[in-house]
Amino acid sequence: MRAIAAIAVNTFRESVRDKVLYNLVLFAVLLMGASYLIGQLTAGQDVKIIKDLGLSATAFFGLFIAVFIGIGLVSKEVERRSVYSLLSKPIHRHQLVLGKYCGLVLTLAVNVTVMAAALYLVLAYMEHVASPDAMRAWDAPALDSALLKAVALIFVELTLVTAIAVFFSTFSTPILSAALTFGLYVVGHFSSDLRNLQDVVDSPAAARLARGLYWVLPNLAQFDVKADVVHGRVVPLGYLAMTTGYAALYISMLLVVSVFVFSRRDFR
Amino acid sequence: MRALATHDLTKDYAVGFWRARQFRALDGLSLDVEAGEIFGFLGPNGAGKTTTMKLLMQLVFPSSGGAEILGRPLGDVSVKRRIGYLPENPYFYDYLTAEELLTYFAELLGIRSADRRARASRLLDEVGIGAERRMQLRKFSKGMLQRVGIAQALLNEPDLVIFDEPMSGLDPLGRRDVRSLILRLRDRGCTVFFSSHVLSDAEALCSRVAILVKGRLRAAGRLTDLVPFRASGWELVVAGVSDAAIAALGSGLHTVRIGEGRYTLELPLDPPPERLVAELTDGGANLVSLNPIRQTLEDFFVEQVSS
Repeated sequence: MRAIAAIAVNTFRESVRDKVLYNLVLFAVLLMGASYLIGQLTAGQDVKIIKDLGLSATAFFGLFIAVFIGIGLVSKEVERRSVYSLLSKPIHRHQLVLGKYCGLVLTLAVNVTVMAAALYLVLAYMEHVASPDAMRAWDAPALDSALLKAVALIFVELTLVTAIAVFFSTFSTPILSAALTFGLYVVGHFSSDLRNLQDVVDSPAAARLARGLYWVLPNLAQFDVKADVVHGRVVPLGYLAMTTGYAALYISMLLVVSVFVFSRRDFR
Repeated sequence: MRALATHDLTKDYAVGFWRARQFRALDGLSLDVEAGEIFGFLGPNGAGKTTTMKLLMQLVFPSSGGAEILGRPLGDVSVKRRIGYLPENPYFYDYLTAEELLTYFAELLGIRSADRRARASRLLDEVGIGAERRMQLRKFSKGMLQRVGIAQALLNEPDLVIFDEPMSGLDPLGRRDVRSLILRLRDRGCTVFFSSHVLSDAEALCSRVAILVKGRLRAAGRLTDLVPFRASGWELVVAGVSDAAIAALGSGLHTVRIGEGRYTLELPLDPPPERLVAELTDGGANLVSLNPIRQTLEDFFVEQVSS
């Protein structure tokens, strides 16, 4: 555990030194600018739009960090040969993979937490300046704690995307890993369509293949509860637990395969 | 006691994408390195030296054969607590300072947090990294990175160090520092196994050497056994001597004119050179130098590689 923690902290430090967290500044500017503009243009819908924008931006920025740093987590170590001196220390290869993964998850956790805090700050300001009439038109209060559920699921989804990126980076090039991870992300958001493909295609073989893919590919659409939260619909805690459990299982499988592949690699 | 032993160690790499063929980088290497000795691992480029070291550090896996390091079989990660490794042309995290890198590696080695900074600082002093230790490694020159690489290999006060081309990228001063560091390590009882292209370093430092050519062990043993250190003749350099005086010595001697009145003469071992030296100096020549001619490790290396 000590080695995993040390590698994770160093990975986090790398993100900070490589100015990854600068995206937070961009996020804050985007949110403040949007709140000002939307406040001028709309009445009653402004809080809803800011919530939607804030949550979408959190997911979007997080996705870029998860993919573009995730694909380099392991492959960069090998490419730049820093893995030689690292593995000459008494650590196992699985500790390296898990440490790197945990380090990026820590970066994402800090990123998502700061973004959520910034979103709440903007919403608090909007509530402060809103008229009682405007507030009555809201589906949910501005400082709705249910927003945290959406933020939590965004974070869980990002940890899963990171695991996908790490998995690909253990055996392929960074560009291919990025393409495959993005591809899987997109497919993962439409995987429920695969399940229902039998209703629109005649071929039983194609339907069987689509159904098989549905079970194998990650179902990422279930992590998206932004619309529910923004419109004040209830997201049960049980749903949160089930979805997180699904992600944990998927992440575990991906990391086990990543470790398996990485442990057998020759570093020429 | 042996610090390192390889048994028929072989490594094949797959070359090519479609219809990959096997390339044998190391072919049945069997080698023993005794505890406490300095062992030089020599060979031309592509001989398999780095592959051997990577096999020992478990960075690549053997195709067949095996090895024991400090009495433990290959694959035992725990033995790395007692090994220091310097890779060839090392690269480290360039966003870290030298001090941070060593502290990070010290943590991975399980060194107590209270001791990490002090040990890092002492080692950076030892390899000659001064105030630069607080600079990010991206600003370091190749030679400075090499020094940091050596420092990180010594963090755990190892019983065995494996250095891949430790003199690479170093200026003459740096090479001298590393030579004395290697001797100090030996004096502390540490076994040093290093590869080098710089044969004079190997000659000055090693008790035993091995020569690897195209993945195969060509020769191994004590320097005194491999290279006949006994003199095979004399090399005499004289100045202020006339061309006629040299011509008078006869055609049996190999002479080279190196400047106005300056000659190099190769003399046989027998008769002893004293009489000839006396003759030349009596005739007004100045004796510049008189040295025995011995086969060097370089001569032996070239002979082995080209045979």
